[in-house]
Amino acid sequence: MAKKSIKIRAKLKGDTTQVKTLMTHPMETGLRKDKKTGKLIPAHFINEVTAESGGKTVMTAYWSGGISKNPYLSFSFDGASAGDEVTISWKDNQGGSDSASAKIK
Amino acid sequence: MTTNIKRRVFLKGSVAAGTVGIAVGAGLLAPQAVLAAWPKAAFEAKSIDDALKNAMGDASSSASDAIKIKAPDIAENGAVVPVSVSASLDGAESIALLAEGNAQPLVATFAMGAGALADVSTRIKMGKTSDVIAIVKAGGKLHSARKSVKVTIGGCGG
Repeated sequence: MAKKSIKIRAKLKGDTTQVKTLMTHPMETGLRKDKKTGKLIPAHFINEVTAESGGKTVMTAYWSGGISKNPYLSFSFDGASAGDEVTISWKDNQGGSDSASAKIK
Repeated sequence: MTTNIKRRVFLKGSVAAGTVGIAVGAGLLAPQAVLAAWPKAAFEAKSIDDALKNAMGDASSSASDAIKIKAPDIAENGAVVPVSVSASLDGAESIALLAEGNAQPLVATFAMGAGALADVSTRIKMGKTSDVIAIVKAGGKLHSARKSVKVTIGGCGG
């Protein structure tokens, strides 16, 4: 992946960090047909997203093609402080992957 | 005229990319099986019970008021339905999100790690008007909540 496919915003409110992230991905279910050829479009979707902060895995999400194109994910966790890094990485069903990190504000 | 030519080129390009995609997809069937962490059986299950058995280890759940689902009453575009799930249950370990009317109802599972709160938002596809179901695993038990979403244009067909 040459282009950055992940955008992250992490904000600290009190003790809780809220992370919002946007990924760029076609998220094909594998059930959709190409209107021109009538053939099934092969499945191509993110199936695993992990979030890490301070060396700990905060969240692991397993997805299907039922997540919308260019997925949005937001979640919250306790125990981080401002300036800590949050790393988000994804893997898709065709072997692609990407990761990015951002500092908590 | 020039735009027309460009369009032709573009179409050709996308068809070519499509065939490559199929080849890659077929070649990767084996590694997919190795990806054991991803609960394939759960996501490919056609019924909610099967999906839950594979994803959460149990199909029975009790309705709970502690789980809140935030989703629109009417979704104009089924391809993008914003859904938020939050649970005020102690020791919530994981959340499963299902769209009852989808061909493959299980949409996503979230496993909470260190310090994570049972509060996630994402956007899902819905094929038709149905219930969105959230299952939260807390203290070894499954708790569920559902909310009906009316979909005017389905997001799974094509």
